[in-house]
Amino acid sequence: MADAVAVHEGLFTTEPRLIGGNCAACGRHQFPRGPLCPYCGSDEVDEALLSPSGTLWMWTAVTAPPPGYRGDVPYGFGVVELPEGLRVITRLAESDPSALTFGQAVTLQLVRLHSDDDGNDVVTWAFG
Amino acid sequence: MRAVEIAGIGLHPFGRFDGKTVTEMGVAAVRQALADADVDRRGFQAAFCGTAYSGVAAGHRVLDALGATGGPIVDVEAGCASGGAAVMMAAAAIASGQYDTVLVFGMEKMPKGIIRSSFFAPWQEEAGLSPAPAYFALRAQRLMRESGVTKDHLADVVVKNRGNGVHNPDAMFRKEATAEDVLASRLVCEPLHLWMLCSPNEGAAALVLRAASTSGGVRVAAAALRSHLPGNVLSEATPMSGLVDDDVTPATTLAADAAYAQAGVGPDDLDVVELQDTDAARELLSYEELGLCPIGGAAKLLDEGATRMDGRLPVNPSGGLLSKGEPLGASALGQLVELTRQLRGDAGPRQVAGAKAALGHTVGRGANASVVILTR
Repeated sequence: MADAVAVHEGLFTTEPRLIGGNCAACGRHQFPRGPLCPYCGSDEVDEALLSPSGTLWMWTAVTAPPPGYRGDVPYGFGVVELPEGLRVITRLAESDPSALTFGQAVTLQLVRLHSDDDGNDVVTWAFG
Repeated sequence: MRAVEIAGIGLHPFGRFDGKTVTEMGVAAVRQALADADVDRRGFQAAFCGTAYSGVAAGHRVLDALGATGGPIVDVEAGCASGGAAVMMAAAAIASGQYDTVLVFGMEKMPKGIIRSSFFAPWQEEAGLSPAPAYFALRAQRLMRESGVTKDHLADVVVKNRGNGVHNPDAMFRKEATAEDVLASRLVCEPLHLWMLCSPNEGAAALVLRAASTSGGVRVAAAALRSHLPGNVLSEATPMSGLVDDDVTPATTLAADAAYAQAGVGPDDLDVVELQDTDAARELLSYEELGLCPIGGAAKLLDEGATRMDGRLPVNPSGGLLSKGEPLGASALGQLVELTRQLRGDAGPRQVAGAKAALGHTVGRGANASVVILTR
């Protein structure tokens, strides 16, 4: 059984949950978590595990591999609305746009992108 | 503040020119513009060069080749709006009295295929979160949901602009397209097909700006550059997240409002427009964001034929980026070369009769949006 390695540290937990930030000054959320609030400039940004459930807002599918991409095509791509008042750019588990509808409920999952040089599965997040 | 006029224009065609360097293309456009303005190679006091992919001191290489160095030469990078940013800086310098004559040029030799930039982190590319056409597709879907736009409208934009491009010898694509052709081309990212996307390519354009000395010349009535406000997940800033907030004013609208105020010209006063049609939906979105129609009115404006050559406000008479392709640093200046020809009455078979007020618009990476208004 290959080990799973995140495509990048600090984006999601294994549970999985997206690791966002919540500004203590203005209350707005962000993803990924940065050192400052992009809306009010405060440096009081607390870590916030974001809701794993959301609704689909916009979607498409990518049919040709873009530069630097190391996974299969086609793959779903879109925006999911989370209850924290956040819209997140995300990969989608469904790669057929005609199978998706506006406002449908979606749940966070981890998906395999490719195998790295050590034979580990490189994973990223997706909603589906 | 002094009035600013366009004294000269120059253009190297947009396309693919294997074996030709970006410097050679820049030199060609600059020489034309200087000759058109009847300005000597030492007859300008400063130069601003719009480019994104040409490397360090790209503008210097062009002016070195011409023996035209000695004054300030500043490269300006503002994504797709680089040329518009260069015009804004040059026009402000002349208006304030800092310089009398300024050379503005832009050039690019884009890598082939999907535009790649250093903007995204490697992990974003690896995870598939970087492709520009996917972001364009999400904006297109939003327009379809909120403005009554259909895939047929997207095809119609391509048909219109490619039809105009037939008459532009400097365009990359000079063949008419039918809606059937467009919809039969490869699906890139639903709803966008290949022919609905402009091609990154190569080219150069140049302008000589100077303090207005003659009446009847083409005036730079306004040149505005704006960036995005935070919060819109679909803005050209391409953030990884945004807010559930549909009232974030787009960069294009910020730039347009500033330009209309500066020029004392409103959208109803315009005779001809060249605007960002990176993809077919972007043209329709630009109608709304520039105030050429109400929000939600883009499909209706297109359906009425208002933006065709025989309509009340022809848009992209040059064929737009869909016909010309997009060499980033040159694209805004290419628009202004076209609009100067239009206002001079020199646009040949593409001439919009009696054009007196024109608007050029670009928007892209940054986000950066530029709006330049020319009057005569």
